[in-house]
Amino acid sequence: MSIYHPPRIPASEITPRGIYLKRRDFLAAVAMSGLSILAPDQADAAPLSAKKSGYTVSEKPTPHDDVTAYNNFYEFGTSKSDPMSYSGDFKPRPWAIKVDGMVANPRTFDIDQIMQEYPAEERVYRMRCVEGWSMVIPWQGFPLSALLDKVEPLGSAKYVIFETVVRPEQMPGQNGLFQPLPWPYIEGLRLDEARNPLTILAVGLYGETLPNQNGAPIRLVVPWKYGFKGCKSIVRISLTDTQPKNTWNIVAPSEYGFFANVNPEVDHPRWSQATERRIGTGGFFSSDRRPTLMFNGYAEDVASLYAGMDLRKNF
Amino acid sequence: MAVMFTGTRHWKGASVWLLYIIGLTPGVWYFYLGATDSLGANPVKAFEQLLGLWTVRFLILTLAVSPARELFGLNFIRYRRALGLLCFYYALVHLSVYVVFDQPPILSVILADILKRPFIMLGMAAFLLLVPLAATSNAFSIRRLGKNWLRLHRLIYAATVCGGIHFALSTKVLSGEQYFYLALIVLMLGYRLLRPILKRRRRASNSAQRYQSRTNSALGN
Repeated sequence: MSIYHPPRIPASEITPRGIYLKRRDFLAAVAMSGLSILAPDQADAAPLSAKKSGYTVSEKPTPHDDVTAYNNFYEFGTSKSDPMSYSGDFKPRPWAIKVDGMVANPRTFDIDQIMQEYPAEERVYRMRCVEGWSMVIPWQGFPLSALLDKVEPLGSAKYVIFETVVRPEQMPGQNGLFQPLPWPYIEGLRLDEARNPLTILAVGLYGETLPNQNGAPIRLVVPWKYGFKGCKSIVRISLTDTQPKNTWNIVAPSEYGFFANVNPEVDHPRWSQATERRIGTGGFFSSDRRPTLMFNGYAEDVASLYAGMDLRKNF
Repeated sequence: MAVMFTGTRHWKGASVWLLYIIGLTPGVWYFYLGATDSLGANPVKAFEQLLGLWTVRFLILTLAVSPARELFGLNFIRYRRALGLLCFYYALVHLSVYVVFDQPPILSVILADILKRPFIMLGMAAFLLLVPLAATSNAFSIRRLGKNWLRLHRLIYAATVCGGIHFALSTKVLSGEQYFYLALIVLMLGYRLLRPILKRRRRASNSAQRYQSRTNSALGN
């Protein structure tokens, strides 16, 4: 049995309560002056400034404690509570992301450099898991297209590959006898999907830098697709001309496709996708099961990407 | 030779009731946690899966009674009915939670879910196979059915196969815990396949004096 080690924070790094309580005023002032406040060496869950964006939903956000306690992140274990319990030793700093492949300008970004170069905005998105549950999450992040513009994809590039870090010494799920998946975890998008304004790289949630269990320090969020498309703790983004094999598609090709668009009419072979349970709505008796929306409610923004495609075949 | 528990008749009877109480405790405890919103972010799913896991545990314990006696001389036959019924009760509540809390309360949706999905169908089949076993787990039925009672109760093996596959299909990938319980299930079923061979061998090598004990153990199954 492993033991949860809380992060050791030196006393010098603890923000005095008076200043801490004033953080909203501080953030507002910073946002107005357009400056970034991100210190290069930050502790876990540092406050994160983000301007509001038009991308929000009217539904009530899932409570912070559920968003950070109920996770699929198999690098830390297959149980929903494993990521929170066993990610304490994970070090999201320092962190580099290599962007390469079919680009004119391949680059390796430092995470703090990224956060300075691409100021975060708030996106409140629905998150629908392929397992039949959902959340509403206030992310802080920036459009993936901004980063892609920087590296200048070649005309021949058609797909984007994302790769999660492999660190068996810090990620207990990558150790031991029964490893659920082949590592590294790989996800992919078509270039037009990657460039859609909804697609973001998230660096925070609920106004703080990403907790380890949610994919620190940087992860993909594609709100009209099932959650497993949201590659976490990304170390590499690569452009290519051939459709990549994503991890779940390799493990169970009959159950998980490349596109993985949320679709209430195309069932998982083992369960229906017609409805979903909204997490964080209380105990047994206030359980909220609601109809799943086509493209998770983002059809207006993304349906045109799949015009003429058979969504039953391209699940 | 079977090891017999010493002690009074009262204790023997009481220990079975104690087993029921201990056996039902996890289910009651999880229900309390779920009803008070302390079973995590997805309490219905968590409750459903915990009930399923306890169904599997009691199923394995039920199946372990015969090998324990035949291979190690440990006699828990007194507790087998309680173990089997506990398995049935957990399966019943597991199924009820699926129908009442997990699915939209629309019968057609539930029926469609059952008919379309082998995963659900196998679970349902395993439960239906347990029903006649639970219904005949009383002294009256045993007397009434005679030899047929033994035949009927071999349905436990079919229920184990269906339930085991259902259990294996219940997650996206098998966890270490699932491998452990599936291995035990395979062992329990494998022993039943090997048993006739083991017995034949023993019959060939043993003297006539062992005849008596062999008949006894065969009757107990």
